[in-house]
Amino acid sequence: MHEMSLAEGIRQIVEETARHQGFGRVRTVVLEIGQLAVVEPDSLRFCFDAVMKGGPADGAVLQIDRVPGTGWCAQCAAQVEIAELYDPCPRCGGYRVQVTGGTEMRVKELEIE
Amino acid sequence: MCNVCGCGAGEARIEGLPTGQGARQGRPGDAAGEVSPRGWRVTDSHEAAHYGRGPAGAQAPGMSQARMLSIEQRILARNDALADENRRWLAGRGILALNLVSSPGAGKTTLLVRTIEALQARVPVSVVEGDQQTSFDAERIRATGAPALQINTGKGCHLDALMVGQALSRLAPPVDSVLLIENVGNLVCPAAFDLGERAKVVVLSVTEGDDKPLKYPNMFAAASLMLINKTDLLPYVDFNVDKAIDFALRVNPALVVIPVSATTGAGFDAWLDWVDVHLDEARTVVPLKADLYAGKGA
Ligand SMILES: Nc1nc2c(ncn2[C@@H]2O[C@H](COP(=O)(O)OP(=O)(O)OP(=O)(O)O)[C@@H](O)[C@H]2O)c(=O)[nH]1
Ligand SMILES: [Mg+2]
Ligand SMILES: [Zn+2]
Ligand SMILES: [Zn+2]
Repeated sequence: MHEMSLAEGIRQIVEETARHQGFGRVRTVVLEIGQLAVVEPDSLRFCFDAVMKGGPADGAVLQIDRVPGTGWCAQCAAQVEIAELYDPCPRCGGYRVQVTGGTEMRVKELEIE
Repeated sequence: MCNVCGCGAGEARIEGLPTGQGARQGRPGDAAGEVSPRGWRVTDSHEAAHYGRGPAGAQAPGMSQARMLSIEQRILARNDALADENRRWLAGRGILALNLVSSPGAGKTTLLVRTIEALQARVPVSVVEGDQQTSFDAERIRATGAPALQINTGKGCHLDALMVGQALSRLAPPVDSVLLIENVGNLVCPAAFDLGERAKVVVLSVTEGDDKPLKYPNMFAAASLMLINKTDLLPYVDFNVDKAIDFALRVNPALVVIPVSATTGAGFDAWLDWVDVHLDEARTVVPLKADLYAGKGA
């Protein structure tokens, strides 16, 4: 798992934004994490608390919004929802589904004061 | 530091030097950019704008001192921006860079050694070796005569674009060559970290079980090619090649699959053909890219 590196990335974004926007403290960090992304939310929370110590988001609440996985089924020529990368198309049962969404890992918003 | 995932930051070393201090200069021809003590390159706001930092500052119409700030930035934006730099640098030189990923012990180094022996008479090959500790693998590569640079990631369990950029400036691979990057043995984390490679090659050995593509789907989804290695051991293990391929294609319908044995050399003709096709592509775009970046001294 690389949740520690992800937490470091979040801290970088928070610090850079704090520098440019001139705020002191972050109350809530809102992330958008796709259902198909390589992230374990529990271990990310654990790393988040450790990595944010001493920075603007020390003690901040971590809110993780999940984005559903989506793919394009070549057989159905349609956009479908999938829960796992290896899931078949829910319409035709085929596996020719190319992932189109749900792998994102983004910092969406900061609640600041 | 993190006892859940085992990842650590700022501990990586390139052949004995900490990445944050020893290799400050970035890649050749790119003296700009400073590396923070955490091991990340520090960029200014202009550069930050290049990786999709929108006009932050949206304010919720609340009356408390607290307000919402819209950020919309990828967590790995910095890594991705550095990976793009690496990719441009490599493209401008017609270098084919491949990122080899697998579980520990799937046979990456053995495969690289045999591949180098087959390739080096007609094309220069250099290697970046990623391991948590030791430079054993780089030494095995150097025994072939090919230049190799070892990166030790310490507690980190994957290579990142910054490490590879620094390795490029040390290795200085020649124009029209092949750069093979052996990632840390790990089927999870390296899937998320773009290094600037042209393709990820996932190595699955037959001693690991044919269900690996479903257990670690992200890696098989991120790869362009799957090499099924140690096929010489098929008579002794319960591994169904067709099933492994079927599982891998469920995750990634576009995946190319080549069964090989790094020990006997079986399947190497097909693998070397695949390398040649991609090397031709990498070389073909050179004139265009070279023109594009000529002005930047790249
Ligand atoms: N029988 C057989 N053994 C192989 C083959 N390829 C590699 N091995 C053996 O598998 C073991 C691990 O090989 P390495 O090349 O060190 O594997 P690796 O993926 O580089 O390992 P790490 O860098 O530690 O992740 C060694 O004992 C190799 O000799 C193969 O095709 N057939
Ligand atoms: Mg190795
Ligand atoms: Zn990791
Ligand atoms: Zn379908």
